[in-house]
Amino acid sequence: MSKYSVIGQRVHNVDGTEKVTGSAKYTFDVVLPNMLYGKVLRSPHPHAKILKIDTRKAERLIGVKGVVTGKDTLGRKQGIWRRFPELCDEEILCRKKVRYIGDPVAAVAAIDEDTAEEALDLIEVEYEPLPAVFDPLEAIKEDAPQVHDGVELNINVTRHIEWGDVDEAFKKCDHIREDQYRCCSQAHVCMETHDAVADFGYNGKLTVWTSSQSSYYIQRLLADMLDMSESDIRVMNRHTGGGFGSKFELDSAQFPAALLSMKLHRPVKIVLTREEEFTATKRRTPMYYYLKLGAKKDGTLLAKEARVITEGGAYTSMGATALYLTGFFSSFPYKFPNYRYDGYRAYTNTAPTSAMRGFGAPQSTFVGESQLDMMADDLGIDPIEIRRKNGMTPNYEVPGQAFIQSCGLHQCLDKIEAHIKQRGKLPPNHGIGVSAYGFMSGGIFNWFNTPYAFSAAVVRVNIDGKVDVYTGACDIGQGSNTTLSMIAAEELGVRLEDVRIFSGDTGTCPPDLGAWGSRETLMNGNAVKRAAADCKRQLLEFAAAKMGANIVYDLDIKDRWVHLVDRPERGVSYFDIVKGAIRGKDGNAIMGRGYYTPHRKGMISPAYSFGVQAAEVAVDIETGRYKLVNVTTAHESGTVINPVGIEGQLEGAIMMAGGYGFCEDQPMDEGKILNPSIADYKLIRSLDMPETKILEIDTYEPEGPFGAKEAGEGLTNPTAGAIGNAIYKAVGVRINNLPITPEKVLQALKEKQTKKK
Amino acid sequence: MKKELKLTVNGQPYELYVNPKTLLVQVLRDYLGLTGTKRGCNSSSCGACTVVLNGMAVKSCSILALQADGAEVLTVEGLAQGTKLHPLQEAFLDHGAYQCGFCTSGMLMASRALLEENPKPTKEQIKEGIDGNICRCTGYNSIIRAVTAVVKGEYKEEKK
Repeated sequence: MSKYSVIGQRVHNVDGTEKVTGSAKYTFDVVLPNMLYGKVLRSPHPHAKILKIDTRKAERLIGVKGVVTGKDTLGRKQGIWRRFPELCDEEILCRKKVRYIGDPVAAVAAIDEDTAEEALDLIEVEYEPLPAVFDPLEAIKEDAPQVHDGVELNINVTRHIEWGDVDEAFKKCDHIREDQYRCCSQAHVCMETHDAVADFGYNGKLTVWTSSQSSYYIQRLLADMLDMSESDIRVMNRHTGGGFGSKFELDSAQFPAALLSMKLHRPVKIVLTREEEFTATKRRTPMYYYLKLGAKKDGTLLAKEARVITEGGAYTSMGATALYLTGFFSSFPYKFPNYRYDGYRAYTNTAPTSAMRGFGAPQSTFVGESQLDMMADDLGIDPIEIRRKNGMTPNYEVPGQAFIQSCGLHQCLDKIEAHIKQRGKLPPNHGIGVSAYGFMSGGIFNWFNTPYAFSAAVVRVNIDGKVDVYTGACDIGQGSNTTLSMIAAEELGVRLEDVRIFSGDTGTCPPDLGAWGSRETLMNGNAVKRAAADCKRQLLEFAAAKMGANIVYDLDIKDRWVHLVDRPERGVSYFDIVKGAIRGKDGNAIMGRGYYTPHRKGMISPAYSFGVQAAEVAVDIETGRYKLVNVTTAHESGTVINPVGIEGQLEGAIMMAGGYGFCEDQPMDEGKILNPSIADYKLIRSLDMPETKILEIDTYEPEGPFGAKEAGEGLTNPTAGAIGNAIYKAVGVRINNLPITPEKVLQALKEKQTKKK
Repeated sequence: MKKELKLTVNGQPYELYVNPKTLLVQVLRDYLGLTGTKRGCNSSSCGACTVVLNGMAVKSCSILALQADGAEVLTVEGLAQGTKLHPLQEAFLDHGAYQCGFCTSGMLMASRALLEENPKPTKEQIKEGIDGNICRCTGYNSIIRAVTAVVKGEYKEEKK
């Protein structure tokens, strides 16, 4: 029997009934009295000077209440790397220059969306088009157009990671491979587009409802841009229709809505259209990758070198972090004694690239796992075996970078090996490819420069024994409200239905970094657990006095029963203890506080998850088309708090990560995204979705709440690599350029035929 | 020039005056306040706005409200009977067939229309039935399992 009464149970999400009855209210559904509707005018040019903006005609249109341009701003630039002012480079409403097709130049508020839309056509903007640059390899040339003045060779950020002696080690290798890859872009395609309702009151306070992954970031960035005190801004994240990395930077719904509301003293709602969502929000970072890998004959990996140039787009955004993480995760999940990474992020006149689920690691995993399979093939070693030989193990230190405590990679390899054996002999043109991966449970870096703890929670026990949890975590669909409620219930010894959670509201919840980098289960989980433990301590103090037991006995609460740990039958009702304890405190409600900031855990993350995935494909050699038959994943994420949630993360990641390998891309012509609609942007629909199988591995992470760690993003890392390796196994061709489309497979098959002849 | 629109939504008759270019989804959400029906693209590609119109799954952003004149419309708000959830809703809960929830109403209504037309669909037919609906969170398989469970009779609808 499980030692837990709530953790590990198959439960309905705490907001499940609201979601299946359509009663969950998203920012998209918010309507306030006297509310106006806003629309944003965007640049049609990839690079141009703004000479003049004339808004007079638009302002005269009946129903239009206000127009704002860059002139109505304080002229500040913002960015999420607040610690480095030179990387805060985005104005949101451009004053003098636009840098990509979709850069905002003005916003209108009107009595309805149609009127606002009509008004956009009446705004006259005079541009002076400038030469533009779209490819990062072109952007770093001496004579390339300058995207931002004074940035040499358009190089926005560089990153270097190194340990061991890479050059010496390569000399000792029996075999060296050098390969080049290109990883494409990908759109987040959240079902709820970016949106915000801003309400500036006559009391000088601003309230913003927005679909966001971090209410605190939005609050702080708005305060910077509006020159307001952050506590005068309340940001509320209600139900959020997906995030996937796209919703924790200040965006072109939030800032213009706030500006218009402050100008008009009326609530203003802006909802981006699907086309704006594709063209003018952030996206996954495309990367050019060069990899050099050296091994001994027996498959021992001695050295790896990675060099990367990423397409930055017009602004820094979170792309700087993606540049760092792709470099770190290029070494994963293997023990390289010698490793070197050099990454360069180049500004281009394209839509800015930033965070997306996996955060640089889907790219590094695709290229690394593709190359590792080639290395195994060259050396005549089984792909599982080469991973087993070099894979990370518990208590491993990534030299000078990170400390890995729990690690179940080898158990995952065993399970996947058994799965492949069980599939037996495959039909012709079928292949199974494997890919191993790891990911972080929240980042340790603080480039945002928050003075607060990374995560914080307040727990209150009310007179009826019900428990309120307040946390700045944001539930964006991943189920953090459920997971955190389960942690609170387990720690306090109550049932899940006794807990009510309030999250993502800066007005009521303690500051918190929010949902990104797979941080909430571990970081917020620890904060909530500590806050609940604080409450429990207060209750048990009273219980000990009331029960009068010998002081050698430990007390605990389980399933609403306060009892002696060694004599569980001796106890009292939790509800009676709560009533008594509050009376004993002179009527003061039981409140607990908890926080979590990682310390002494290296530079990257306090804990890492691991896994191995096997993808099976069936290739039609006449057309190059292939079908994803089955994707089986052995994943370890420490103690499983919410099993239904983990299954959902796993299967959902396959839809998104499989799409990255299989079909998703954002082709451009002169900076214009050519497929800005769901009809044209191909993503995996139900008929393309493979059969999925999950093999859970038991591990325990000492740093995590009840032993838990991340299960959100790591799962997005392996699939593209597994598909690429499966295609090689099936038909012997290798595609180094994502996505692996039927055209590319067919072309490669033809080239292979020609070579044979 | 506004025109008269008579339709029944979730059993409730309505008489409205609407602009001829108003979409059904706008009437449901903005006129009637039934915000359970979502809008993800406005180009009938994502399925978040799916409702059941005279028994058929229809993307409510793809038809004009006036085209629904005289029709019976069922939205997610009309799926439960009072406080008793519809079997599909129960099954979605048990199978975790939703995450962010933004596509869920559309998925439920597409599934509901499918089962009305074909109470015993195969797995492939269920996949076809929801192929017009995008879910970016779940990877569809939990939705397919939930609908399958209803087909198998694991969730009984109470007789009226």
